[in-house]
Amino acid sequence: MNSISNKAAIVGVGVSGFSKDSGRTELRMTCECIKAALDDAGLVPLDIDGIVKHTDDASDEHSVTSSMGMGNLTYFGESRWDSAPCSMVLRAAIGVATGVANYVVLYRAVNGSSRRRMMPSMRASGQMSTSDLLQWTYHAPFGLMSEAGRVAMIVRRYMHEYGINSDQFGWVTTVCREHGAKNPNGMFYNEPITIKDYLESKVIVDPLRVMDCHEEADSAVALVVTTVERAKNLRQKPVYILGATQSQLSETEEKNSYYRPVISGLPEMGHMGKRLFAMAGVGPKDIKVAQLDDSYAPLVPMQLEELGFCGRGEGVAFCEGGDRIRVGGELALNTSGGSLGEGYLYGMNHVVEAVRQIGGTSTAQVKDADLVLVATGAGGPASGLILGGSR
Amino acid sequence: MVMEYIPGIPLLRPYIDLDSEGFWEGVKQHKLVFQKCKYCGLLVHRPRPMCPRCLSTEKEWVPSEGKGTVYSWVNFVYVNAAYPGIKVPYAVVVVEMLEGVRMISNMYDVKPEDIYIGMPVEVVFDDIADDLTLPKFKKREV
Repeated sequence: MNSISNKAAIVGVGVSGFSKDSGRTELRMTCECIKAALDDAGLVPLDIDGIVKHTDDASDEHSVTSSMGMGNLTYFGESRWDSAPCSMVLRAAIGVATGVANYVVLYRAVNGSSRRRMMPSMRASGQMSTSDLLQWTYHAPFGLMSEAGRVAMIVRRYMHEYGINSDQFGWVTTVCREHGAKNPNGMFYNEPITIKDYLESKVIVDPLRVMDCHEEADSAVALVVTTVERAKNLRQKPVYILGATQSQLSETEEKNSYYRPVISGLPEMGHMGKRLFAMAGVGPKDIKVAQLDDSYAPLVPMQLEELGFCGRGEGVAFCEGGDRIRVGGELALNTSGGSLGEGYLYGMNHVVEAVRQIGGTSTAQVKDADLVLVATGAGGPASGLILGGSR
Repeated sequence: MVMEYIPGIPLLRPYIDLDSEGFWEGVKQHKLVFQKCKYCGLLVHRPRPMCPRCLSTEKEWVPSEGKGTVYSWVNFVYVNAAYPGIKVPYAVVVVEMLEGVRMISNMYDVKPEDIYIGMPVEVVFDDIADDLTLPKFKKREV
């Protein structure tokens, strides 16, 4: 398979941690994380000649380069949707693999908790101002606006077709919170829950409970990507990008893909996963650690099915009791706690955790983790990575 | 139970352009129409400039029978997850029309707890403001 597999590596990581109120601008968090990522790699701002950002991120290239004295950019661009974490890594890898840039930084910084995120201008005016207006026009006027509501619609159909009770989704959140309870960087350090806590948590958009959903947070992450050759001379052991790919299909919308024949699955994840495994030259059986999109708990069993870790309709049974998805189980999931147990940064922390697992520095370390799968964007455009400690 | 809109909070209004004005013009006149390709006959919703099957830009707006079944549904019970301009609880449904296309809507005069997948429904038009009508669905007797 002609691909960018094994051409690029993640060589530096900077994180802000998670809080309810960062007390800092998103731009400042971005700059601090980039600085930390450069220090981690052993680079300086003038080494950076590429930037990849998220379309919705407030920190643009102008402000970042001006704040950090970066005078040397030859490559910059954007990724969008909730699948952006893995697709930003893909964009960065393409930049360095083709020689368009040498060192690319990518980042995400969101004050999602302290600065109420949900469309303040739309609420004030009634005029929809989102760039996906053409889709929103057919759901927002009916009060279907929040992401939780849009995901709940898919979940209801999944439950209906596979005979699932919403109580059964609780093991995903329980295990994420168990893992997150070990992570001092996260929002839920030393705060594990039991399945009983989940079952007692209130329904917010039937069939979703509050504990099915991530909580908003203030957080930022920056990563540095370079070629495998340059990576050898830097401070950290490189984390190689063995696979990186995206998927958008006909009728894919961001968490409201209701117009296609089947809505009880995540076909973009299936499409993305097949190409991802082929690119990396491995299969589901080779993966012992994965960081999946757990922005909403029921999306996790659906991803397990689409990515081939179990059969269609078997994802909930796979998670039941938690033993197979805990550290020590056959497929340890979301070992930092993920969106449900560490904090919400649209999946950026999932990429960071994959790097930590490979470096052996996770707070819920899987023994000899050398190959980690990351998936982002469940329920819309999808993207994924397979990262490895060896080539 | 009819959905209750909270005064003072703007209603979210559809964004109407040259590709979709036929649908919304129909709704205004209390008629449900869908986009049909003049070339290959494919019916689609939501509106779009080109037929995804044959790539023709020639289309017509054909009337729907207005009947369908509930394909999926959610019930907003917690105010922070809902649109603040609508009083909770309120339900949103995906309706599969007998013609095969699906649309997102609300139930009219039906309690959320009475909704189920497969429930027969038919369209009604809710004039929620002087200049805004939405197609909604009520229970259909079969």
